Amino acid sequence: DTSLAEVNSFSPSVPISPSSMINHYKFEDGPELRDLFITVDDPESHITAIETFITYRVLTKTTRGEFDSSEYEVRRRYQDFLWLKSRLEEAHPTLIIPPLPEKFIMKGMVERFSDEFIETRRKALHKFLNRIADHPTLTFNEDFKIFLTAQAWELSSHKKQGPGLLSRMGQTVRAVASSVRGLVKNRPEMFTEMNNYMETFSQKINLLDKIAHRIYKEERDYFNEMKEYGPIHTLWSASEEDIADSLKGIAGCIDRCCRATEKRMAGLSEHLLPILHEYVLYSEILMGVLKRRDQIQGELDSKVDALANKKTEKNLFSEEIGKLEDKVERANNALKADWDRWKENMQWDMRSTFTNVAENNLRYYEE
Amino acid sequence: MEDCLAKKMEITVSEAEKRTGRNAMNIQETYTAYLIETRAVESQSEGQCAPVESLWRRYSEFELLRNYLSVTYPHIVVPPLPEKRADFVWHKLSADNMDPDFVERRRIGLENFLLRVASHPVLCQDKIFYAFLTQEGGWKEMVNETGFQLKADSRLKALNATFRVKNPDKRFTELKHYSDELQSVISHLLRVRARVADRLYGVYKVHGNYGRVFSEWSAIEKEMGDGLQSAGHHMDVYAASIDDILEEEEHYADQLKEYLFYAEALRAVCRKHELMQYDLEMAAQDLTSKKQQCEELATGTVRTFSLKGMTSKLFGQETPEQREAKIKVLEEQIQEGEEQLKSKNLEGRDFVKSAWADIERFKEQKNHDLKEALISYAVMQISMCKKGIQVWTNAKECFSKM
Repeated sequence: DTSLAEVNSFSPSVPISPSSMINHYKFEDGPELRDLFITVDDPESHITAIETFITYRVLTKTTRGEFDSSEYEVRRRYQDFLWLKSRLEEAHPTLIIPPLPEKFIMKGMVERFSDEFIETRRKALHKFLNRIADHPTLTFNEDFKIFLTAQAWELSSHKKQGPGLLSRMGQTVRAVASSVRGLVKNRPEMFTEMNNYMETFSQKINLLDKIAHRIYKEERDYFNEMKEYGPIHTLWSASEEDIADSLKGIAGCIDRCCRATEKRMAGLSEHLLPILHEYVLYSEILMGVLKRRDQIQGELDSKVDALANKKTEKNLFSEEIGKLEDKVERANNALKADWDRWKENMQWDMRSTFTNVAENNLRYYEE
Repeated sequence: MEDCLAKKMEITVSEAEKRTGRNAMNIQETYTAYLIETRAVESQSEGQCAPVESLWRRYSEFELLRNYLSVTYPHIVVPPLPEKRADFVWHKLSADNMDPDFVERRRIGLENFLLRVASHPVLCQDKIFYAFLTQEGGWKEMVNETGFQLKADSRLKALNATFRVKNPDKRFTELKHYSDELQSVISHLLRVRARVADRLYGVYKVHGNYGRVFSEWSAIEKEMGDGLQSAGHHMDVYAASIDDILEEEEHYADQLKEYLFYAEALRAVCRKHELMQYDLEMAAQDLTSKKQQCEELATGTVRTFSLKGMTSKLFGQETPEQREAKIKVLEEQIQEGEEQLKSKNLEGRDFVKSAWADIERFKEQKNHDLKEALISYAVMQISMCKKGIQVWTNAKECFSKM
């Protein structure tokens, strides 16, 4: 029953404490307010007759009463995360569920099981769980708790209890149907603004993502050429007497520039690229959330229209309509609150990330 | 050095102009002419300024001057001309000879050439050089009248031909080896530098895209808008700054290029010495064989096989008169040969002495110039980093206000 969960969303968004303005992934509650700490690490490869897959260790430490123990250690694979995400989406269609790293990156250079890919995915999974933990509503979700605490077999059996494939398909059909219908007639102004904003934001964030990757590539090419540049000076110094020292000095400096460039590149790939990518995914998610809200409203609107045409059976319809109206209002509020929260986070993330890039560049030039 | 022309005269190549005209084959062509301005330096009177004289010369005339100097002073490391065609270009630079940046850099290179010649203790006194600077008409005829082309040894044109010298001068061999190494290492360095410049250009310019997107993004943001907008502006500044940086680096590249070509000039001196040594050895060899022939004829013993000897055995001996005549001719030739050998030896020793003096001078000049060039390169890099620090400090401030 989704109604109970939605009630919690009336709580105001958590204020950001100054102490949490640290220069890495930031989670909204200061360390004093947090009561759930999650880490994702230790990727391990499992080979069976049918497939090969990776599991990650999910370590949870908590002081919450609802948890039977204060520490849990479980192993999860990517499929499990996908399951969790879809459960959260079903339970809270108009809340902003954080993005999961993609299934498979068609970038040509990164193989499915390369160390680089696994590490990138691990970091993104870590972030995913922590974002959920920091969400005022999602953090108390039952499936989330099970995900963090259940042993492998417990989780499998719990998964099977979920809504059947058919009901999920039904949702998809309805979703397609409503999107075909186009713009919802009675959409509140606020949500139209959000839609417009997201369209532009999505465009821009995608561009930034591409730009950042391009910069990384150019820096890598520059680094490759610089690697050759230093040694030439050393070679030259071998034929000279008077200027040999100056040449060797320059060779040394060029090599140091190379190392500084490497650091700069590492900074980009560790901080900027993952965040931009996460927000590219977020923009897709948000468009989806806005659509779902429209859907819910669409249900209400079609029922209201039907009522207008059928004067009889008023009472029956009224009750249904009443319920739907409540649903729409709750959905709208949930979304609004979550939206504000998301925007604040985004702002913070962007600010810290780009500041970090600037600092990296400063360090680079200082070196 | 007090006699140096450079001290008595201000020389500049101040302008470059595109011209069209008909060449030797009566075909219309476009070329660039350069304005050479000279003014005598009055060492005592301060108020008085001598008038500026000027004339126009094109690149081919500079080439003619240099060829003349190379042939006339084979023991001197003659300063090189700037490159004929743009080489070691990275993608933004044009390889076109008519490109204004190329013309400008060439103008500077030509001025540098003239100043180098004018400050050379030997070359600055040359009359043809003086006429090049001061006499517009009839200069070409003057040069050709010197007949220097006849002196030019065509054998030197074959760059890789080796002359088998039996007793090479070790110092010259080492020097030739050094000049080869220098050429190879500098050209490698210039090639990589061009590639590095290309890549650096790419890094800076892509940041310009940030500027555009930030600005567009800032339009939909409320609190973040200002920070984004101003950060974007700094990204634009950053992207634009690379143009000046790389232009300055081109000057550094030109300085290195000068010594790339100087290495060729150095090699040329070694080659001329090699050729001289070869001629000397050939002449000595020739003399020795003539002396041997003479001895054989005189004593009647045949120590070496010769066709003449065989034919005379087959067809009868020569008469004593014939033999006498032959001996006389040979003795004359031997006399000539010994004198020639003596003068060649003298020539050789003089060449080595004066060449080595100029080579020492060149070495000092090279070390001094290259050191300065390297220092200025380091200074350029520091300045580039300072600019980078400034831009990113500003950007950081904007970001933190988002």
